[in-house]
Amino acid sequence: MQTQEITYREAVVAALQEEMRRDPRTLIMGEDIGPSGGPFKTCQGLYEEFGHARVRDTPIAETGFVGAALGLAITGYRPIVEIMFADFLGVCFDQIVNGIAKHRFMSGGQFAVPVTIRAIGGAGLRFGPQHSTTAESWFMSVPGLKIVCPSTPAEAYGMLKSAIRDDDPVLVLEHKALLSSKGHVPVGSDQTQPLTGPRVLRPGRDATVVASLAMVPRALAAAEKLAAEGIEAEIIDIRALRPMDLTPVFESVRRTNNLVTVEEQAKLGGWGAEVAAQVTSEAFDHLDSPPLRVGLPEYPVPYSPPLEDSVLPSPEAIAAAVKSLL
Amino acid sequence: MKASRRSKAAAKKAPREQAAKAQAPAGSLVGKGHNRAVPPLDKAKRLALFEMMVKIREFEEQVQRSYLEGLVHGTTHLCQGQEGVAAGANLALADGDYVSYTYRGHGHCLARGMEMETAYAELFGRATGLCNGLGGSMHFTDIAKGLIGAAGIVGGGLPAAVGAGLSAQLNGRGQVSAVFFGDGSVNIGAFHESMNIAQVWRLPVIFICENNLYGEFTRINFTTPFEDLTERAKGYAMTAVQVDGNDVEAVYCTTAEAAERARAGDGPTFIECKTYRHRGHSRTDPAKYRDPAEVEAWLARDPIPAYRAKLVKEGLLTQKEAERMVEEAKAEVKAAADRAAAAPWPDPQQNFTAKMFA
Repeated sequence: MQTQEITYREAVVAALQEEMRRDPRTLIMGEDIGPSGGPFKTCQGLYEEFGHARVRDTPIAETGFVGAALGLAITGYRPIVEIMFADFLGVCFDQIVNGIAKHRFMSGGQFAVPVTIRAIGGAGLRFGPQHSTTAESWFMSVPGLKIVCPSTPAEAYGMLKSAIRDDDPVLVLEHKALLSSKGHVPVGSDQTQPLTGPRVLRPGRDATVVASLAMVPRALAAAEKLAAEGIEAEIIDIRALRPMDLTPVFESVRRTNNLVTVEEQAKLGGWGAEVAAQVTSEAFDHLDSPPLRVGLPEYPVPYSPPLEDSVLPSPEAIAAAVKSLL
Repeated sequence: MKASRRSKAAAKKAPREQAAKAQAPAGSLVGKGHNRAVPPLDKAKRLALFEMMVKIREFEEQVQRSYLEGLVHGTTHLCQGQEGVAAGANLALADGDYVSYTYRGHGHCLARGMEMETAYAELFGRATGLCNGLGGSMHFTDIAKGLIGAAGIVGGGLPAAVGAGLSAQLNGRGQVSAVFFGDGSVNIGAFHESMNIAQVWRLPVIFICENNLYGEFTRINFTTPFEDLTERAKGYAMTAVQVDGNDVEAVYCTTAEAAERARAGDGPTFIECKTYRHRGHSRTDPAKYRDPAEVEAWLARDPIPAYRAKLVKEGLLTQKEAERMVEEAKAEVKAAADRAAAAPWPDPQQNFTAKMFA
């Protein structure tokens, strides 16, 4: 397979560009995504290629344009919306939860709702409490939504393509701290990635570590440190939060007998709790220790660099969590 | 304490003043007006308007009876008194247009051709319902007829209507998106964002505000700084027209003009229809918060007898024919409701995933 080494950001742009070329019913709306190419440059060049009709700067009004995506979707288009900071998903919560997620169901299944919502979230760039959330768990209890969280350029590319082609609403949670990360991506291919299922990134026999988004590279770094001490951690990228198919995690825990989850959000109500619950139900007899969840403290992400750094689980902290179980 | 003093004092005064004003407001254009002449309605269309209002009225009366019989579950929001808006506006729309509405949307859907039996079946929660019993009274949707759905949340459906308007604009086939909503919607963010986007993108959207003076249980003067809601449109530089919502032909003409503007690429129009709901907000609401004088004044302006008298006076309809239409409508709704009541319940073991995901 032909791949190119590009950034996560370039992978997002490539996926958007290729899918918009592929299907004239697609269009993208968001704040400053037109001639400016997006505040995070995730729409670079789209306006020049597809024009105003399909690459549309919106007023700063998430309720308005996210709700408009629903109207477009049920009348024959395949809208993509960009939420500049995932925190702003709160602004259009009603449109997503009561509108987009329920409209097909309420109609008795009369139409498809092919809406892709991209939201750029996450901490680490000193944006402070209202611009640093991953919003991973905000929509996890909403039937009708699919939620994915790509952690690599290849996943960002392949999952975004799948999301755009999918006939149902998909929330794609991207991470701003990953935008400059590089990886090999099959640009220009028709290769998509599934919207469900975790992926084992590094095999190991001693503990299963399940992470998401920017916690994935940190978990991989933790595994390197542990390996130096002779401990082999198996690193799994959860990839998709809804629906959640944890089969590979169960299989992993049956081999490693230990589970650590690492998420960039508070643990209470986080996806780690769901993973721990399901693993406990499915592989209870295989656990040598209680599942351990690593997450953020019970306060918003602070601004000051030493404070922000202190709340984000470091590779050292993840390694220590793994060691505490062994 | 403070709020209660205020409301008592104001409630005594304001509704009485308003009751005195409960008469046809003059049609007035605010903003950039256009003078496109709407061709006069022929006899068949005028009779059809009357018949549609009667059907909506009788449909809702039957809903009320069925509710009392325990056939309609939860709650339901009836539109008796507001039939002129639904019937008049819908006559001005074309087959390919998109229509959306609120939880008080039975009339809009009927005017657009919704089948009564499937509507009752939906209200009764049956498998044969318009939405297979999954949506209920607040979510009538019939995409084949351009009825794109309703939000049960005040103002919540406006952004989707704007999206349908963008869809229409991109299609380039001269479609419009008409959205009905109440005066209660004009204070929520979704309304403002929708108005702004529609105007700034010059979308073919017709905002049809049914100003029945009450947002749920609270009179407009307690919630909104003015009662003429065309004021809202000024802030968005949107063409706005105020019309007597109880004058079905006036609603038709105004909507037809707005539709023509929209189809010609001249952008959205805000239409304020002054009207009144005869019943309470929902089935648990006896509407005792309304001034009896106000209710009386508006009942005297019931759109159906008014239009009937007009048609009779002009020799287009006899009292006997009118009576026959009413009787036929009563029989139609009864038969439809009876058939719906005999329909099976939905299967709790059905494949719900297929209803949720395409």
